[in-house]
Amino acid sequence: MRKVSRLSRFNIASLALGLAFLYLPILILVIYSFNASRLVTVWGGWSLRWYHEFFNDRAMIEAAWMSLRVAVSSATIATLLGTLAAVALSRGERFRGRTLFSGMLYAPLVMPEVITGLSLLLLFVALNAERGFWTVTIAHTTLTMCFVAVVVQSRLGSLDRSLEEAAMDLGCDPVRAFVAVTLPLIAPAIVAGWMLAFTLSLDDLVIASFTTGPGSAPLPIRIYSEVRLGVKPEINAICTLVIALIAVVIVIASLASKLTSSQGESAAPL
Amino acid sequence: MSGRRIFARPARFAAIAPYLWMVLFFLVPFAFVLKISLSQTAIAQPPYVPLFDLTAGWEALRAAFAALSPDNFKLLGSDDIYVFAYVRSLTVAVTATALLLLIGYPVAYGMARLPTRWQAVAMVLVIVPFWTSFLIRIYAWINILQHDGLLNQILLALHLVSQPVVWLSTDTAMYIGIVYSYLPFMILPLYATLAKMEPALEEAASDLGAPPWQVFWLVTFPLSLPGVGAGVLLCFIPIVGEFVIPDLLAGSNSLMIGQTLWLEFFTNKDWPVASAAAIVLLMVLLVPLLLYERVQKRQLEQGR
Repeated sequence: MRKVSRLSRFNIASLALGLAFLYLPILILVIYSFNASRLVTVWGGWSLRWYHEFFNDRAMIEAAWMSLRVAVSSATIATLLGTLAAVALSRGERFRGRTLFSGMLYAPLVMPEVITGLSLLLLFVALNAERGFWTVTIAHTTLTMCFVAVVVQSRLGSLDRSLEEAAMDLGCDPVRAFVAVTLPLIAPAIVAGWMLAFTLSLDDLVIASFTTGPGSAPLPIRIYSEVRLGVKPEINAICTLVIALIAVVIVIASLASKLTSSQGESAAPL
Repeated sequence: MSGRRIFARPARFAAIAPYLWMVLFFLVPFAFVLKISLSQTAIAQPPYVPLFDLTAGWEALRAAFAALSPDNFKLLGSDDIYVFAYVRSLTVAVTATALLLLIGYPVAYGMARLPTRWQAVAMVLVIVPFWTSFLIRIYAWINILQHDGLLNQILLALHLVSQPVVWLSTDTAMYIGIVYSYLPFMILPLYATLAKMEPALEEAASDLGAPPWQVFWLVTFPLSLPGVGAGVLLCFIPIVGEFVIPDLLAGSNSLMIGQTLWLEFFTNKDWPVASAAAIVLLMVLLVPLLLYERVQKRQLEQGR
Protein backbone atom coordinates (compact mmCIF):
# COMPACT_ATOMS: atom_id res chain seq x y z
CA MET A 1 0.00 0.00 0.00
CA ARG A 2 1.52 3.29 -0.98
CA LYS A 3 1.27 6.12 1.44
CA VAL A 4 1.53 9.35 -0.51
CA SER A 5 0.31 12.70 0.65
CA ARG A 6 -3.04 13.22 -1.00
CA LEU A 7 -2.93 16.90 -0.21
CA SER A 8 -2.02 18.92 -3.26
CA ARG A 9 -0.91 22.53 -3.26
CA PHE A 10 -4.27 23.44 -4.77
CA ASN A 11 -6.04 21.77 -1.85
CA ILE A 12 -4.06 23.73 0.71
CA ALA A 13 -4.52 27.02 -1.10
CA SER A 14 -8.30 26.62 -1.45
CA LEU A 15 -8.63 25.62 2.20
CA ALA A 16 -6.58 28.58 3.39
CA LEU A 17 -8.45 31.03 1.17
CA GLY A 18 -11.81 29.61 2.17
CA LEU A 19 -11.08 29.90 5.88
CA ALA A 20 -9.60 33.38 5.48
CA PHE A 21 -12.76 34.44 3.66
CA LEU A 22 -14.88 33.11 6.51
CA TYR A 23 -12.88 34.66 9.33
CA LEU A 24 -11.33 37.94 8.16
CA PRO A 25 -14.53 40.02 8.07
CA ILE A 26 -15.45 39.03 11.62
CA LEU A 27 -11.90 39.71 12.79
CA ILE A 28 -11.95 43.17 11.23
CA LEU A 29 -15.31 43.90 12.86
CA VAL A 30 -13.95 42.93 16.27
CA ILE A 31 -10.76 44.98 15.87
CA TYR A 32 -12.66 48.11 14.85
CA SER A 33 -14.93 47.83 17.87
CA PHE A 34 -11.86 48.82 19.91
CA ASN A 35 -11.06 51.79 17.71
CA ALA A 36 -11.08 55.06 19.64
CA SER A 37 -11.98 57.02 16.54
CA ARG A 38 -15.49 57.33 15.20
CA LEU A 39 -14.22 57.00 11.65
CA VAL A 40 -13.39 53.66 10.16
CA THR A 41 -10.71 55.34 8.05
CA VAL A 42 -8.74 56.49 11.06
CA TRP A 43 -7.20 54.22 13.64
CA GLY A 44 -7.41 56.27 16.82
CA GLY A 45 -5.79 53.75 19.12
CA TRP A 46 -7.30 51.05 21.34
CA SER A 47 -10.23 52.07 23.45
CA LEU A 48 -13.28 50.70 25.24
CA ARG A 49 -15.24 53.85 24.46
CA TRP A 50 -17.93 52.12 22.37
CA TYR A 51 -18.51 49.43 24.97
CA HIS A 52 -19.04 52.21 27.47
CA GLU A 53 -21.51 53.82 25.12
CA PHE A 54 -23.42 50.55 24.74
CA PHE A 55 -23.71 50.00 28.48
CA ASN A 56 -25.16 53.49 28.84
CA ASP A 57 -27.68 52.93 26.04
CA ARG A 58 -30.79 51.91 27.93
CA ALA A 59 -32.84 50.96 24.87
CA MET A 60 -30.07 48.67 23.60
CA ILE A 61 -29.60 47.05 27.00
CA GLU A 62 -33.32 46.43 27.25
CA ALA A 63 -33.35 44.90 23.77
CA ALA A 64 -30.38 42.68 24.65
CA TRP A 65 -32.10 41.58 27.86
CA MET A 66 -35.27 40.66 25.98
CA SER A 67 -33.24 38.73 23.39
CA LEU A 68 -31.47 36.77 26.11
CA ARG A 69 -34.74 35.88 27.85
CA VAL A 70 -36.36 34.82 24.59
CA ALA A 71 -33.29 32.80 23.59
CA VAL A 72 -33.09 30.93 26.91
CA SER A 73 -36.81 30.13 27.12
CA SER A 74 -37.30 29.20 23.48
CA ALA A 75 -34.12 27.09 23.41
CA THR A 76 -35.24 25.21 26.51
CA ILE A 77 -38.73 24.44 25.20
CA ALA A 78 -37.31 23.64 21.75
CA THR A 79 -34.76 21.22 23.21
CA LEU A 80 -37.49 19.36 25.07
CA LEU A 81 -39.83 19.13 22.10
CA GLY A 82 -37.05 18.54 19.57
CA THR A 83 -35.56 15.67 21.58
CA LEU A 84 -38.98 14.03 21.94
CA ALA A 85 -39.52 14.39 18.21
CA ALA A 86 -36.11 12.88 17.43
CA VAL A 87 -36.77 9.91 19.72
CA ALA A 88 -40.17 9.33 18.16
CA LEU A 89 -38.73 9.45 14.64
CA SER A 90 -35.71 7.25 15.18
CA ARG A 91 -37.02 4.78 17.76
CA GLY A 92 -40.78 4.77 17.42
CA GLU A 93 -42.75 2.37 15.32
CA ARG A 94 -44.55 3.77 12.30
CA PHE A 95 -47.54 5.79 13.35
CA ARG A 96 -50.24 7.48 11.37
CA GLY A 97 -49.10 10.86 10.13
CA ARG A 98 -45.43 10.03 10.47
CA THR A 99 -44.63 11.39 7.02
CA LEU A 100 -46.48 14.59 7.81
CA PHE A 101 -44.62 14.79 11.12
CA SER A 102 -41.15 14.49 9.61
CA GLY A 103 -42.18 16.84 6.84
CA MET A 104 -43.24 19.47 9.34
CA LEU A 105 -39.93 19.03 11.15
CA TYR A 106 -37.64 19.29 8.13
CA ALA A 107 -39.43 22.01 6.16
CA PRO A 108 -38.71 24.90 8.56
CA LEU A 109 -34.95 24.21 8.25
CA VAL A 110 -34.95 25.74 4.78
CA MET A 111 -38.30 27.57 4.65
CA PRO A 112 -37.75 31.27 3.88
CA GLU A 113 -38.12 33.14 7.14
CA VAL A 114 -40.52 35.68 5.67
CA ILE A 115 -43.08 32.91 5.14
CA THR A 116 -42.69 31.42 8.62
CA GLY A 117 -42.85 34.87 10.20
CA LEU A 118 -45.87 36.04 8.27
CA SER A 119 -47.86 32.86 8.85
CA LEU A 120 -47.19 32.88 12.59
CA LEU A 121 -48.18 36.52 12.86
CA LEU A 122 -51.49 35.86 11.11
CA LEU A 123 -52.13 33.04 13.57
CA PHE A 124 -51.39 35.27 16.57
CA VAL A 125 -53.64 38.00 15.18
CA ALA A 126 -56.43 35.49 14.61
CA LEU A 127 -56.02 34.20 18.16
CA ASN A 128 -56.03 37.78 19.41
CA ALA A 129 -52.80 37.11 21.29
CA GLU A 130 -50.94 40.06 22.74
CA ARG A 131 -47.69 40.28 20.81
CA GLY A 132 -44.40 40.53 22.63
CA PHE A 133 -42.15 38.22 24.62
CA TRP A 134 -44.35 35.11 24.40
CA THR A 135 -45.23 35.33 20.73
CA VAL A 136 -41.55 35.70 19.78
CA THR A 137 -40.66 32.83 22.11
CA ILE A 138 -43.27 30.55 20.53
CA ALA A 139 -42.13 31.52 17.03
CA HIS A 140 -38.48 30.81 17.85
CA THR A 141 -39.37 27.53 19.52
CA THR A 142 -41.18 26.41 16.38
CA LEU A 143 -38.15 27.15 14.21
CA THR A 144 -35.38 25.93 16.51
CA MET A 145 -36.98 22.67 17.70
CA CYS A 146 -36.50 21.42 14.14
CA PHE A 147 -32.76 22.04 14.36
CA VAL A 148 -32.63 20.30 17.75
CA ALA A 149 -34.54 17.35 16.32
CA VAL A 150 -32.06 16.97 13.45
CA VAL A 151 -28.99 17.18 15.71
CA VAL A 152 -30.38 14.67 18.24
CA GLN A 153 -31.73 12.38 15.54
CA SER A 154 -28.37 12.09 13.82
CA ARG A 155 -26.79 11.18 17.15
CA LEU A 156 -29.50 8.59 17.84
CA GLY A 157 -28.92 7.15 14.39
CA SER A 158 -25.21 6.61 15.02
CA LEU A 159 -25.78 5.03 18.41
CA ASP A 160 -25.04 1.37 18.99
CA ARG A 161 -28.43 -0.11 19.71
CA SER A 162 -27.09 -3.21 21.36
CA LEU A 163 -26.57 -1.11 24.52
CA GLU A 164 -30.27 -0.36 24.72
CA GLU A 165 -31.08 -3.94 23.93
CA ALA A 166 -28.77 -5.13 26.70
CA ALA A 167 -30.52 -2.90 29.22
CA MET A 168 -33.88 -4.27 28.14
CA ASP A 169 -32.62 -7.84 28.27
CA LEU A 170 -31.41 -7.18 31.81
CA GLY A 171 -34.94 -6.25 32.79
CA CYS A 172 -35.26 -2.52 32.29
CA ASP A 173 -38.59 -1.34 31.00
CA PRO A 174 -38.30 0.84 27.90
CA VAL A 175 -38.60 4.12 29.78
CA ARG A 176 -35.92 3.17 32.31
CA ALA A 177 -33.66 1.87 29.58
CA PHE A 178 -34.05 5.19 27.80
CA VAL A 179 -33.32 7.27 30.89
CA ALA A 180 -30.44 5.11 32.10
CA VAL A 181 -28.74 4.24 28.82
CA THR A 182 -29.87 6.31 25.85
CA LEU A 183 -30.21 9.69 27.52
CA PRO A 184 -26.62 9.87 28.82
CA LEU A 185 -25.37 8.79 25.40
CA ILE A 186 -27.28 11.46 23.50
CA ALA A 187 -26.67 14.15 26.15
CA PRO A 188 -23.89 15.82 24.11
CA ALA A 189 -26.24 16.15 21.16
CA ILE A 190 -28.97 17.55 23.40
CA VAL A 191 -26.54 20.12 24.80
CA ALA A 192 -25.38 21.00 21.29
CA GLY A 193 -29.01 21.27 20.21
CA TRP A 194 -29.79 23.69 23.03
CA MET A 195 -26.79 25.83 22.14
CA LEU A 196 -27.76 25.88 18.47
CA ALA A 197 -31.34 26.84 19.35
CA PHE A 198 -30.02 29.56 21.68
CA THR A 199 -27.77 31.15 19.06
CA LEU A 200 -30.39 30.88 16.31
CA SER A 201 -32.91 32.67 18.50
CA LEU A 202 -30.38 35.32 19.53
CA ASP A 203 -29.69 35.93 15.86
CA ASP A 204 -33.14 36.03 14.34
CA LEU A 205 -34.35 39.27 12.80
CA VAL A 206 -37.06 38.36 10.30
CA ILE A 207 -39.32 36.10 12.35
CA ALA A 208 -38.98 38.35 15.39
CA SER A 209 -39.93 41.41 13.31
CA PHE A 210 -43.18 39.76 12.32
CA THR A 211 -44.11 38.31 15.67
CA THR A 212 -43.12 41.00 18.15
CA GLY A 213 -45.45 43.76 19.21
CA PRO A 214 -44.97 47.50 19.47
CA GLY A 215 -42.65 48.59 22.24
CA SER A 216 -40.70 45.37 22.64
CA ALA A 217 -37.89 44.82 20.18
CA PRO A 218 -35.24 42.14 20.59
CA LEU A 219 -31.61 43.07 19.90
CA PRO A 220 -31.41 42.09 16.19
CA ILE A 221 -34.30 44.42 15.37
CA ARG A 222 -32.53 47.31 17.14
CA ILE A 223 -29.23 46.47 15.45
CA TYR A 224 -30.96 46.24 12.09
CA SER A 225 -32.57 49.66 12.36
CA GLU A 226 -29.20 51.17 13.36
CA VAL A 227 -27.32 49.35 10.60
CA ARG A 228 -29.71 50.69 7.98
CA LEU A 229 -28.50 54.16 8.94
CA GLY A 230 -24.86 53.22 8.44
CA VAL A 231 -21.87 51.91 10.34
CA LYS A 232 -21.62 52.94 13.98
CA PRO A 233 -18.73 51.84 16.21
CA GLU A 234 -21.21 51.13 18.99
CA ILE A 235 -22.78 48.45 16.81
CA ASN A 236 -19.32 46.93 16.33
CA ALA A 237 -19.02 46.75 20.12
CA ILE A 238 -22.44 45.10 20.51
CA CYS A 239 -21.64 42.62 17.76
CA THR A 240 -18.32 41.79 19.42
CA LEU A 241 -20.13 41.15 22.71
CA VAL A 242 -22.61 38.85 20.96
CA ILE A 243 -19.74 37.00 19.26
CA ALA A 244 -17.99 36.65 22.63
CA LEU A 245 -21.17 35.27 24.19
CA ILE A 246 -21.57 32.76 21.38
CA ALA A 247 -17.91 31.78 21.68
CA VAL A 248 -18.42 31.06 25.39
CA VAL A 249 -21.50 29.01 24.51
CA ILE A 250 -19.55 26.98 21.95
CA VAL A 251 -16.70 26.33 24.39
CA ILE A 252 -19.17 25.15 27.04
CA ALA A 253 -20.91 22.96 24.47
CA SER A 254 -17.71 21.28 23.37
CA LEU A 255 -16.53 20.83 26.97
CA ALA A 256 -19.90 19.34 27.90
CA SER A 257 -19.80 16.95 25.00
CA LYS A 258 -16.23 15.92 25.89
CA LEU A 259 -17.21 15.27 29.50
CA THR A 260 -20.39 13.35 28.82
CA SER A 261 -19.43 11.47 25.71
CA SER A 262 -18.05 8.14 26.79
CA GLN A 263 -16.52 7.40 23.41
CA GLY A 264 -14.73 10.73 23.41
CA GLU A 265 -16.23 11.76 20.12
CA SER A 266 -17.70 15.21 20.01
CA ALA A 267 -21.29 15.85 19.09
CA ALA A 268 -21.80 17.19 15.62
CA PRO A 269 -22.97 20.77 16.03
CA LEU A 270 -25.02 20.46 12.88
CA MET B 1 -37.77 -9.63 21.32
CA SER B 2 -37.39 -7.64 18.17
CA GLY B 3 -34.20 -5.73 18.74
CA ARG B 4 -34.58 -2.83 16.40
CA ARG B 5 -37.75 -1.32 17.73
CA ILE B 6 -37.29 -1.82 21.44
CA PHE B 7 -38.62 1.59 22.38
CA ALA B 8 -41.29 1.41 19.75
CA ARG B 9 -44.41 1.88 21.81
CA PRO B 10 -43.32 4.47 24.38
CA ALA B 11 -41.39 6.32 21.71
CA ARG B 12 -44.58 6.71 19.79
CA PHE B 13 -46.03 8.71 22.65
CA ALA B 14 -43.01 10.97 22.57
CA ALA B 15 -44.33 12.30 19.28
CA ILE B 16 -47.54 13.68 20.77
CA ALA B 17 -46.28 16.99 22.19
CA PRO B 18 -44.00 18.02 19.30
CA TYR B 19 -46.63 16.84 16.82
CA LEU B 20 -49.35 19.02 18.31
CA TRP B 21 -46.93 21.95 18.55
CA MET B 22 -45.98 21.75 14.89
CA VAL B 23 -49.58 21.33 13.75
CA LEU B 24 -50.65 24.37 15.75
CA PHE B 25 -47.69 26.64 14.99
CA PHE B 26 -46.53 25.47 11.59
CA LEU B 27 -49.42 23.88 9.70
CA VAL B 28 -52.44 25.84 10.95
CA PRO B 29 -50.79 29.24 10.28
CA PHE B 30 -50.64 28.37 6.58
CA ALA B 31 -54.41 28.05 6.60
CA PHE B 32 -54.56 31.61 7.86
CA VAL B 33 -52.14 32.80 5.19
CA LEU B 34 -54.32 31.17 2.56
CA LYS B 35 -57.50 32.61 4.03
CA ILE B 36 -56.18 36.15 4.24
CA SER B 37 -54.60 35.97 0.80
CA LEU B 38 -58.15 35.51 -0.51
CA SER B 39 -59.71 38.40 1.38
CA GLN B 40 -59.95 42.10 0.69
CA THR B 41 -57.59 44.78 1.86
CA ALA B 42 -59.05 47.29 4.30
CA ILE B 43 -57.84 50.29 6.22
CA ALA B 44 -58.41 48.81 9.61
CA GLN B 45 -56.64 47.03 12.42
CA PRO B 46 -55.84 44.28 11.40
CA PRO B 47 -55.82 45.62 7.85
CA TYR B 48 -58.10 43.19 6.05
CA VAL B 49 -61.80 42.39 5.90
CA PRO B 50 -62.40 39.38 8.09
CA LEU B 51 -63.69 36.68 5.83
CA PHE B 52 -65.92 34.69 8.05
CA ASP B 53 -66.84 34.40 11.62
CA LEU B 54 -67.62 30.93 12.84
CA THR B 55 -70.13 32.29 15.33
CA ALA B 56 -72.23 33.85 12.55
CA GLY B 57 -73.66 30.54 11.54
CA TRP B 58 -73.82 28.42 8.44
CA GLU B 59 -75.48 30.95 6.13
CA ALA B 60 -72.86 33.57 6.85
CA LEU B 61 -70.15 31.01 6.26
CA ARG B 62 -71.56 30.20 2.85
CA ALA B 63 -71.78 33.86 1.97
CA ALA B 64 -68.16 34.25 3.06
CA PHE B 65 -67.02 31.45 0.79
CA ALA B 66 -68.85 33.07 -2.07
CA ALA B 67 -66.92 36.28 -1.34
CA LEU B 68 -63.50 34.62 -1.57
CA SER B 69 -61.70 36.43 -4.32
CA PRO B 70 -58.55 35.58 -6.23
CA ASP B 71 -58.01 39.33 -6.83
CA ASN B 72 -54.75 39.41 -4.90
CA PHE B 73 -53.34 36.61 -6.99
CA LYS B 74 -54.49 38.31 -10.19
CA LEU B 75 -52.70 41.43 -9.00
CA LEU B 76 -49.50 39.44 -8.44
CA GLY B 77 -49.70 38.05 -11.95
CA SER B 78 -50.49 41.32 -13.69
CA ASP B 79 -48.32 43.77 -11.79
CA ASP B 80 -44.79 43.87 -13.19
CA ILE B 81 -43.28 44.60 -9.79
CA TYR B 82 -44.20 41.17 -8.50
CA VAL B 83 -43.37 39.27 -11.65
CA PHE B 84 -39.97 40.96 -11.77
CA ALA B 85 -39.43 40.23 -8.09
CA TYR B 86 -40.05 36.50 -8.58
CA VAL B 87 -37.83 36.39 -11.65
CA ARG B 88 -35.09 38.31 -9.87
CA SER B 89 -35.30 36.07 -6.79
CA LEU B 90 -34.88 32.98 -8.91
CA THR B 91 -32.03 34.52 -10.93
CA VAL B 92 -30.20 35.64 -7.81
CA ALA B 93 -30.70 32.24 -6.16
CA VAL B 94 -29.44 30.32 -9.20
CA THR B 95 -26.39 32.59 -9.64
CA ALA B 96 -25.55 32.60 -5.95
CA THR B 97 -25.95 28.82 -5.65
CA ALA B 98 -23.63 28.33 -8.65
CA LEU B 99 -21.06 30.66 -7.06
CA LEU B 100 -21.37 28.81 -3.76
CA LEU B 101 -20.78 25.47 -5.46
CA LEU B 102 -17.78 26.87 -7.33
CA ILE B 103 -16.22 28.30 -4.15
CA GLY B 104 -17.40 25.66 -1.70
CA TYR B 105 -16.33 22.60 -3.66
CA PRO B 106 -12.55 23.24 -3.61
CA VAL B 107 -12.70 24.02 0.12
CA ALA B 108 -14.68 20.85 0.88
CA TYR B 109 -12.33 18.86 -1.34
CA GLY B 110 -9.31 20.25 0.50
CA MET B 111 -10.92 19.36 3.83
CA ALA B 112 -11.64 15.79 2.73
CA ARG B 113 -8.01 15.31 1.78
CA LEU B 114 -6.59 16.50 5.07
CA PRO B 115 -5.19 13.90 7.49
CA THR B 116 -8.08 12.58 9.60
CA ARG B 117 -6.97 14.44 12.71
CA TRP B 118 -7.05 17.76 10.91
CA GLN B 119 -10.37 17.06 9.25
CA ALA B 120 -12.20 17.44 12.57
CA VAL B 121 -10.43 20.74 13.23
CA ALA B 122 -11.27 22.03 9.75
CA MET B 123 -14.90 21.03 10.22
CA VAL B 124 -15.16 22.97 13.48
CA LEU B 125 -13.53 25.97 11.76
CA VAL B 126 -16.15 25.89 9.02
CA ILE B 127 -19.06 25.45 11.45
CA VAL B 128 -18.09 28.17 13.95
CA PRO B 129 -18.94 31.14 11.65
CA PHE B 130 -22.34 29.55 11.14
CA TRP B 131 -22.94 29.95 14.87
CA THR B 132 -22.13 33.64 14.90
CA SER B 133 -25.00 35.89 14.03
CA PHE B 134 -26.22 36.22 10.48
CA LEU B 135 -26.89 39.93 10.91
CA ILE B 136 -23.44 40.48 12.40
CA ARG B 137 -21.77 38.81 9.45
CA ILE B 138 -23.62 41.07 7.01
CA TYR B 139 -22.74 44.06 9.15
CA ALA B 140 -19.10 43.00 9.05
CA TRP B 141 -19.22 43.28 5.28
CA ILE B 142 -20.84 46.72 5.41
CA ASN B 143 -17.80 47.76 7.47
CA ILE B 144 -15.49 46.52 4.75
CA LEU B 145 -17.44 47.59 1.68
CA GLN B 146 -18.57 51.08 2.68
CA HIS B 147 -17.28 54.16 0.89
CA ASP B 148 -14.30 54.73 3.21
CA GLY B 149 -14.13 51.08 4.22
CA LEU B 150 -11.16 48.79 4.34
CA LEU B 151 -11.50 47.43 0.81
CA ASN B 152 -11.44 50.86 -0.81
CA GLN B 153 -8.55 51.91 1.42
CA ILE B 154 -6.53 48.90 0.33
CA LEU B 155 -7.38 49.40 -3.34
CA LEU B 156 -6.43 53.07 -3.10
CA ALA B 157 -3.20 52.33 -1.28
CA LEU B 158 -2.21 49.80 -3.92
CA HIS B 159 -3.10 52.34 -6.63
CA LEU B 160 -5.45 49.84 -8.21
CA VAL B 161 -8.16 52.48 -8.36
CA SER B 162 -7.85 56.26 -8.37
CA GLN B 163 -11.02 56.96 -6.40
CA PRO B 164 -13.19 54.93 -4.04
CA VAL B 165 -15.36 52.34 -5.75
CA VAL B 166 -19.04 52.16 -4.84
CA TRP B 167 -19.53 48.66 -3.44
CA LEU B 168 -22.55 49.02 -1.19
CA SER B 169 -26.00 48.94 -2.77
CA THR B 170 -24.74 46.88 -5.68
CA ASP B 171 -25.40 43.32 -6.77
CA THR B 172 -21.72 42.53 -6.22
CA ALA B 173 -22.07 43.36 -2.53
CA MET B 174 -25.22 41.27 -2.33
CA TYR B 175 -23.55 38.23 -3.90
CA ILE B 176 -20.57 38.60 -1.56
CA GLY B 177 -22.99 38.70 1.37
CA ILE B 178 -24.98 35.67 0.21
CA VAL B 179 -21.90 33.57 -0.56
CA TYR B 180 -20.36 34.54 2.76
CA SER B 181 -23.47 33.67 4.77
CA TYR B 182 -24.34 30.41 3.06
CA LEU B 183 -20.85 28.99 2.46
CA PRO B 184 -20.90 26.62 5.47
CA PHE B 185 -24.23 25.20 4.27
CA MET B 186 -22.60 24.31 0.96
CA ILE B 187 -19.28 23.06 2.33
CA LEU B 188 -20.63 20.69 4.99
CA PRO B 189 -22.78 18.36 2.84
CA LEU B 190 -20.09 18.37 0.14
CA TYR B 191 -17.44 17.48 2.67
CA ALA B 192 -19.63 14.73 4.13
CA THR B 193 -19.83 12.88 0.79
CA LEU B 194 -16.24 13.61 -0.26
CA ALA B 195 -14.83 12.34 3.05
CA LYS B 196 -16.72 9.06 2.70
CA MET B 197 -15.38 8.47 -0.80
CA GLU B 198 -12.99 5.59 -1.30
CA PRO B 199 -9.58 7.10 -2.25
CA ALA B 200 -8.69 3.90 -4.09
CA LEU B 201 -11.17 4.83 -6.83
CA GLU B 202 -9.31 8.02 -7.67
CA GLU B 203 -5.98 6.24 -7.42
CA ALA B 204 -7.15 3.51 -9.75
CA ALA B 205 -8.24 6.08 -12.31
CA SER B 206 -4.91 7.87 -12.23
CA ASP B 207 -2.98 4.56 -12.27
CA LEU B 208 -4.85 3.75 -15.46
CA GLY B 209 -3.52 6.96 -16.94
CA ALA B 210 -6.26 9.54 -16.48
CA PRO B 211 -4.96 13.09 -16.08
CA PRO B 212 -6.04 14.81 -12.84
CA TRP B 213 -8.89 16.81 -14.39
CA GLN B 214 -10.31 13.63 -15.89
CA VAL B 215 -10.03 11.82 -12.58
CA PHE B 216 -11.97 14.65 -11.03
CA TRP B 217 -14.59 14.95 -13.73
CA LEU B 218 -15.16 11.25 -14.39
CA VAL B 219 -14.72 9.82 -10.89
CA THR B 220 -14.75 12.33 -8.04
CA PHE B 221 -17.50 14.67 -9.18
CA PRO B 222 -20.10 12.05 -10.18
CA LEU B 223 -19.55 10.26 -6.86
CA SER B 224 -20.07 13.49 -4.94
CA LEU B 225 -23.40 14.28 -6.59
CA PRO B 226 -25.51 13.43 -3.49
CA GLY B 227 -23.54 16.04 -1.54
CA VAL B 228 -23.87 18.51 -4.39
CA GLY B 229 -27.63 17.98 -4.41
CA ALA B 230 -27.98 18.46 -0.65
CA GLY B 231 -25.77 21.58 -0.64
CA VAL B 232 -27.57 23.13 -3.60
CA LEU B 233 -31.01 22.64 -2.03
CA LEU B 234 -29.83 23.79 1.39
CA CYS B 235 -28.67 27.07 -0.17
CA PHE B 236 -31.10 27.62 -3.04
CA ILE B 237 -34.39 27.41 -1.12
CA PRO B 238 -33.69 29.99 1.60
CA ILE B 239 -31.86 32.32 -0.82
CA VAL B 240 -35.00 32.64 -2.98
CA GLY B 241 -36.87 34.11 -0.02
CA GLU B 242 -33.89 36.00 1.41
CA PHE B 243 -34.68 39.40 2.89
CA VAL B 244 -31.87 40.72 5.09
CA ILE B 245 -28.94 40.40 2.68
CA PRO B 246 -30.48 42.09 -0.38
CA ASP B 247 -32.07 44.70 1.88
CA LEU B 248 -28.79 45.72 3.49
CA LEU B 249 -26.32 45.15 0.67
CA ALA B 250 -28.13 45.45 -2.69
CA GLY B 251 -29.56 48.56 -4.28
CA SER B 252 -33.24 49.35 -3.91
CA ASN B 253 -34.11 49.59 -7.61
CA SER B 254 -34.83 45.90 -8.12
CA LEU B 255 -36.28 43.95 -5.24
CA MET B 256 -36.34 40.27 -4.44
CA ILE B 257 -39.63 38.67 -3.48
CA GLY B 258 -38.75 38.52 0.22
CA GLN B 259 -38.26 42.30 0.16
CA THR B 260 -41.52 42.89 -1.74
CA LEU B 261 -43.41 40.78 0.75
CA TRP B 262 -41.81 42.69 3.63
CA LEU B 263 -42.63 46.03 1.99
CA GLU B 264 -46.27 45.09 1.36
CA PHE B 265 -46.60 43.90 4.90
CA PHE B 266 -44.78 46.51 6.98
CA THR B 267 -44.85 49.63 4.79
CA ASN B 268 -48.01 49.34 2.70
CA LYS B 269 -49.85 47.36 5.39
CA ASP B 270 -51.41 45.28 2.64
CA TRP B 271 -51.64 41.96 4.45
CA PRO B 272 -53.76 40.18 1.83
CA VAL B 273 -51.29 40.91 -0.96
CA ALA B 274 -48.36 39.96 1.28
CA SER B 275 -50.12 36.66 2.08
CA ALA B 276 -50.78 36.00 -1.60
CA ALA B 277 -47.09 36.69 -2.32
CA ALA B 278 -46.14 34.20 0.39
CA ILE B 279 -48.44 31.54 -1.08
CA VAL B 280 -46.96 32.00 -4.55
CA LEU B 281 -43.43 31.87 -3.11
CA LEU B 282 -44.34 28.63 -1.37
CA MET B 283 -45.67 27.20 -4.63
CA VAL B 284 -42.46 28.16 -6.44
CA LEU B 285 -40.44 26.41 -3.74
CA LEU B 286 -42.67 23.36 -3.38
CA VAL B 287 -40.69 21.06 -5.67
CA PRO B 288 -37.24 21.89 -4.21
CA LEU B 289 -38.76 21.69 -0.71
CA LEU B 290 -40.11 18.19 -1.32
CA LEU B 291 -36.77 17.14 -2.81
CA TYR B 292 -34.94 18.53 0.19
CA GLU B 293 -37.23 16.68 2.57
CA ARG B 294 -36.50 13.39 0.85
CA VAL B 295 -32.74 14.02 1.04
CA GLN B 296 -32.94 14.96 4.72
CA LYS B 297 -35.09 11.96 5.55
CA ARG B 298 -32.85 9.52 3.73
CA GLN B 299 -29.83 10.94 5.47
CA LEU B 300 -31.28 10.77 8.97
CA GLU B 301 -33.26 7.61 8.75
CA GLN B 302 -30.98 5.31 6.83
CA GLY B 303 -30.50 2.02 8.56
CA ARG B 304 -34.05 1.83 9.80
